[in-house]
Amino acid sequence: QVWQIRLDMHLLNHDGNITDAASIAGIVALCHFRRPDVSVQGEEVTVYTPEERDPVPLSIHHMPICVSFAFFHQGTYLLVDPTEREERVMDGLLVIAMNKHHEICTIQSSGVVMLLQDQILRCSKITAVKVAEITELIQKALENDQKARKEGGKFGFAESIPNQRITAFKMESAAVDTNDVEEQAGEIIAKADPPSEVSASPVVHTPGTAQIGEGLESSWGDLEESEKEEAAEEEGESEAAAFECEKVETEDTSTLKETKSDEPIVVSDSEEEEVVILEPQELPRKTR
Amino acid sequence: GLLVTKCGLLRHRPGGGGAYWVDSQQKRYVPVKGDHVIGIVTAKAGDVFRLDVGGSEPASLSYLAFEGATKRNRPNVQVGDLIYGQFVVANKDMEPEMVCIDSSGRSSGMGIIGQDGFLFKVSLGLIRKLLAPKCEIIQELSQLYPFELVLGMNGRIWVKAKTVQQTLIIVNILEACEYMTAEQRKQALAKLSGN
Repeated sequence: QVWQIRLDMHLLNHDGNITDAASIAGIVALCHFRRPDVSVQGEEVTVYTPEERDPVPLSIHHMPICVSFAFFHQGTYLLVDPTEREERVMDGLLVIAMNKHHEICTIQSSGVVMLLQDQILRCSKITAVKVAEITELIQKALENDQKARKEGGKFGFAESIPNQRITAFKMESAAVDTNDVEEQAGEIIAKADPPSEVSASPVVHTPGTAQIGEGLESSWGDLEESEKEEAAEEEGESEAAAFECEKVETEDTSTLKETKSDEPIVVSDSEEEEVVILEPQELPRKTR
Repeated sequence: GLLVTKCGLLRHRPGGGGAYWVDSQQKRYVPVKGDHVIGIVTAKAGDVFRLDVGGSEPASLSYLAFEGATKRNRPNVQVGDLIYGQFVVANKDMEPEMVCIDSSGRSSGMGIIGQDGFLFKVSLGLIRKLLAPKCEIIQELSQLYPFELVLGMNGRIWVKAKTVQQTLIIVNILEACEYMTAEQRKQALAKLSGN
């Protein structure tokens, strides 16, 4: 038997990364779909209506899911699942489609970024993790829907809207306590030295490439910002921050400590995080 | 037969000739003749610029459609620039066309939007609310910091304040106005101006 299937996707609203969302929507729609049952006897073909015989699912062999990566500053920074704003300013985009068996189905690279081999390998590892999660979510959703249909409960698109599961304009925002931000920022800026020039003595390996800083493994990439903060703290930044706290007025000490434990802390606008070598009893020159 | 094409509240304006319209909420813009919009220059094709206005097609803008532009004196427009202009041609059969001058040849506020600032998208309903005369939101915001504001009917807003932080604060407030009540907005602004 040969069937022709057409999948139409209507984009109602988005905040970036339509590719990933559309790939999930597409594969779920195909898995959820039921086609009429057919029996062929010689030359005679009988297509049964849904009333006569239960419709039959398509034979989906695997579920490829797309995961997108946005690159900034010639591959220095990587963001998984970029939002609309991040997409508008990214240098390059890498899309990897993978199924839960870790088979890469598609790789597409676009933009003006030249990617290194280890970057692509790292991205595919991230993709494997994400795809496993998403595939599990899909399976659960399909099971729930099947259960609801069997038990006569409510299901379908129209049901999701009043429950606020699909909302049109609302966006979840990360709450940031900005009450004392100006004060704290003022103090930190007043105490810290001004940041050095961004391109401090780059090393030119070959024409067209330059290396700024050396020896340190890039802690960006698959580390999220909160993990990066932890990594920085492990370097002993916490002792320096405590040192700073002592100098601050007592009424501000508690709030300063408070923001340190709150995540995420908004990093300053400077694109270049300064590399800091901590000596004991020396205040780091890092600006936050 | 009668066909429903838009859902929303029916509004009526008794003054003048009287008008009925459906107040609906949408984010997708459809070019309308006479609308003032913010476009992003995507390409320069000979004598014409291609602008992305958020519709189904890019709009075209002739380089002569600026105040004081002649064949010798071309406007300095680069790819990626923001332009504030109005539609002279906008229907479903043709590519939309924009100009940056009004019928008397003056720019009246249209043209290339300056450097820096921040461009972001909101729903069309919010734009109409902001463009209403004596809009409360704009009045309250202007008490906060001085800033420049350009509102495009295609859902795009451009803001520029003295510092980046002030600009971003205004951007966040305008975006949040989408679903904040007047009370919540006054509270948020009071908190900000208190600091």
